[in-house]
Amino acid sequence: MSQLAAVGTKAPDFTLPRGPDAKQRLADSRGHPVILAFYPADWSPVCGDELALFNECLPEFQRYGAELLGISVDGVWCHKAYREARHLDFQLLADFEPKGAVSRAYDAYRAQDGFSERALFVLDGGGVIRWNYLSPPTVNPGADGILAALEALK
Amino acid sequence: MRPRLTPPVSARDHAQGPTDAPITLVEYGDFECPHCGRAYPIVKAVQRSLGDQLRFVFRNFPLAKAHAHAEHAAEMAEAAGHHGTFWPMHDVLFEHQDALEDEDLVAYAATLGIDPAWAAAALVQGLFAERVREDFASGVKSGVNGTPTFFINGVRYDGLLHPTALLEALVGAATPE
Repeated sequence: MSQLAAVGTKAPDFTLPRGPDAKQRLADSRGHPVILAFYPADWSPVCGDELALFNECLPEFQRYGAELLGISVDGVWCHKAYREARHLDFQLLADFEPKGAVSRAYDAYRAQDGFSERALFVLDGGGVIRWNYLSPPTVNPGADGILAALEALK
Repeated sequence: MRPRLTPPVSARDHAQGPTDAPITLVEYGDFECPHCGRAYPIVKAVQRSLGDQLRFVFRNFPLAKAHAHAEHAAEMAEAAGHHGTFWPMHDVLFEHQDALEDEDLVAYAATLGIDPAWAAAALVQGLFAERVREDFASGVKSGVNGTPTFFINGVRYDGLLHPTALLEALVGAATPE
């Protein structure tokens, strides 16, 4: 069912702003698992929010040495305000210009809506996609799939 | 496939209702979460409707970075559980979501007959932090995707937080397919 960038393929490299003055290149995150969490938009409701859940799960992810990166089409200032307001302890990358280009590279873009899918990827330390998951738009995916994927990488 | 409860309900859990009830409802909740506060009377209502047909279990899932008081509230519930008063504390916390400072928690413990000095020390020393963390980790593994998340006979309930919808799902779970 999933049309996302495929498991077993090299994750498309990218460089995206992670703040007003900083950029992050995916290829610099080698040697440990990386979780890419594409999501539609900042500022969704607190308690049911996927990112708030992942934020609480960071210690669980860190037990596997994994790095979590959130990606949406929101701009850097929006991300900054959102991270600060929600006390998010992981980076949010701005797939803002050209809009959605990285999301498209992962086939995780909703062109009809103009924002990213709610899609998850787990990459191994060599930058190969080892697990992906496309969530139905209204269902927060939870973190169980990510943990199972990280466990399988060990 | 819907996520399933891991690990299953056991003697370790706080449960209301018969062990052999045909329906088991598990909530992963956060005492400071407004949605969990909204769920509290709904759970009470389905418990009244189903009586001995239902076993209800509560596990902690504090969103501690979003809710400043959630972690200590969860630890105080477990501290009360240590003295056999988990459920009265659970109810007090959900009925006083706007008063969850440490001194409030200790005062609630005192009203339940727990030595307030012990209760305060339990928070400071994090005596029940590990237990809460275990609940949280099990919730992540089970596919908890926010608070509250419910599991009916081990399967995540993705339906509405509404008494009629929840009751229908519970009754449906009790009926053999």
